[in-house]
Amino acid sequence: MGACSQTMSNTKALSIEKLRFAYQEKLALDNVSLTVNASDFSFLLGPNGAGKSTLFALITRLYDCREGSIALNGFDIKQQTRQALATLGIVFQQSTLDVDLTVQQNLHYHAALYGMSRKLAKNRIQEELERLAMFDRRSEKVAKLNGGHKRRVEIARALLHKPSLLLLDEPTVGLDVQSRLAIVEYIHYLTAHEQLAVLWASHLLDEIYPTDQVLVMHKGKIKAKGYSEQLLAMTKTKDITTAFAQLTQGELS
Amino acid sequence: MSLLHYMRAMQGIIGRELWRFITQRERFISALVRPLVWLFVFAAGFRAALGLAIAPPYDTYILYEVYITPGLCGMIQLFNGMQSSLSMVYDREMGSMRLLMVSPLPRWFLLLSKLLAGAGVSILQVYVFLLIALMYEIEAPWQGYLLLFPALMLTGLMLGALGLLLSSFIKQLENFAGVMNFVIFPMFFMSTALYPLWKLKESSKILHALASYNPFSQAVELIRFAMYGQVNKYALAYTLGAFILFSSLAIVGYSPSKGMMARKGMG
Repeated sequence: MGACSQTMSNTKALSIEKLRFAYQEKLALDNVSLTVNASDFSFLLGPNGAGKSTLFALITRLYDCREGSIALNGFDIKQQTRQALATLGIVFQQSTLDVDLTVQQNLHYHAALYGMSRKLAKNRIQEELERLAMFDRRSEKVAKLNGGHKRRVEIARALLHKPSLLLLDEPTVGLDVQSRLAIVEYIHYLTAHEQLAVLWASHLLDEIYPTDQVLVMHKGKIKAKGYSEQLLAMTKTKDITTAFAQLTQGELS
Repeated sequence: MSLLHYMRAMQGIIGRELWRFITQRERFISALVRPLVWLFVFAAGFRAALGLAIAPPYDTYILYEVYITPGLCGMIQLFNGMQSSLSMVYDREMGSMRLLMVSPLPRWFLLLSKLLAGAGVSILQVYVFLLIALMYEIEAPWQGYLLLFPALMLTGLMLGALGLLLSSFIKQLENFAGVMNFVIFPMFFMSTALYPLWKLKESSKILHALASYNPFSQAVELIRFAMYGQVNKYALAYTLGAFILFSSLAIVGYSPSKGMMARKGMG
């Protein structure tokens, strides 16, 4: 119990403690605690309805947590909302690009919301788009891009203001295998080489790397935490699919 | 540094809205066709049916077309206010509203910027409409066209805030069609847009009362007087009051702790 309180440490990119949240009667999150440090790739694994989207809504302060606390880079999401949000980059499950505008216009809009000057924005847009091989398509309307390319633009956009924490909500759903693998690899690259902290929600098991911290979520609870190897040992299973199935059937707590 | 952030963000939000409006040609045309049909067809047909006495701000007998022009300016803004909130319901479903909400600025400021952007778009439409009306020889003194700008800004903000308030209550897009019927039509017909208050009084006391308390009536009167270079202080105060009330409630509606969003369980 208690209001969202200030967290002590500020080295953690994301720190969630004892989070509980209900929609009217229905409990959506129950005593959720987790930490994501710089350079961590945290893989939030859970079936639909496990509470992933609610968790993301609370981290982005779409609505408030009543019990428990959320801090981004040491800033409490309720007390220091703006500082906290300034350190956050996000890729939503559904595309949030304006299809009538060009790639560049979409990115400039984002840069304006984060208070970047036109010149700085221009440089950052070039940098991020070049890394994703999308710079040549900057003047095209988003409506003309395919799903994989749209996602790349959204990733570029989420990184424009150099966040230290990146949230991705099912970012590869609906993409072809190649686009999927490329995106999974790129985000892993960012954690390994640029100290980015990542919280990646998905239910696609083949996207898990051995170095990922896996968080198994089920019915609003974190059922298990650890590297996939540890999860295998814990469930005494041979592959992550079986381990996941076992964990989400509520046999283990 | 921080002030600069606010300015850039507001510029970005308004610029995006204007750009979207200009590039969506169908939306521009349909926004103009509606009041023009009223002006050229409805008003022309009604010209003979309705006798108007001299009443301020008019100092002479006027044609019915002249009378309803300010009301049609209001109608443009009413539709715009509702439509931009419709787009907000839609945007929210598409997530672009969420994108706006996670940017590191206070939520009231983001919503206000959105309202200003919507009012800007509606003002653009009103002036184009008035230009066409001018060719039809419905003209106001030039001071009127200048004074109209701040008046339209306030009325646009007020009607946008009402739309925003409604959008924070409406969960699904489908429900919005109902609101159009239950909000736009009653507001428009129970107002001074089409007939003066005294004329309404002749037919029904209740209608007269409803129309005089209708904030849309006051918005129309503010526009009407401004068009002739005059300030209707009562209408100004009423419209301003309505804007403050609607926008405050809308901000509460969109606030993370008290808002309806959590109850709706979106996201």
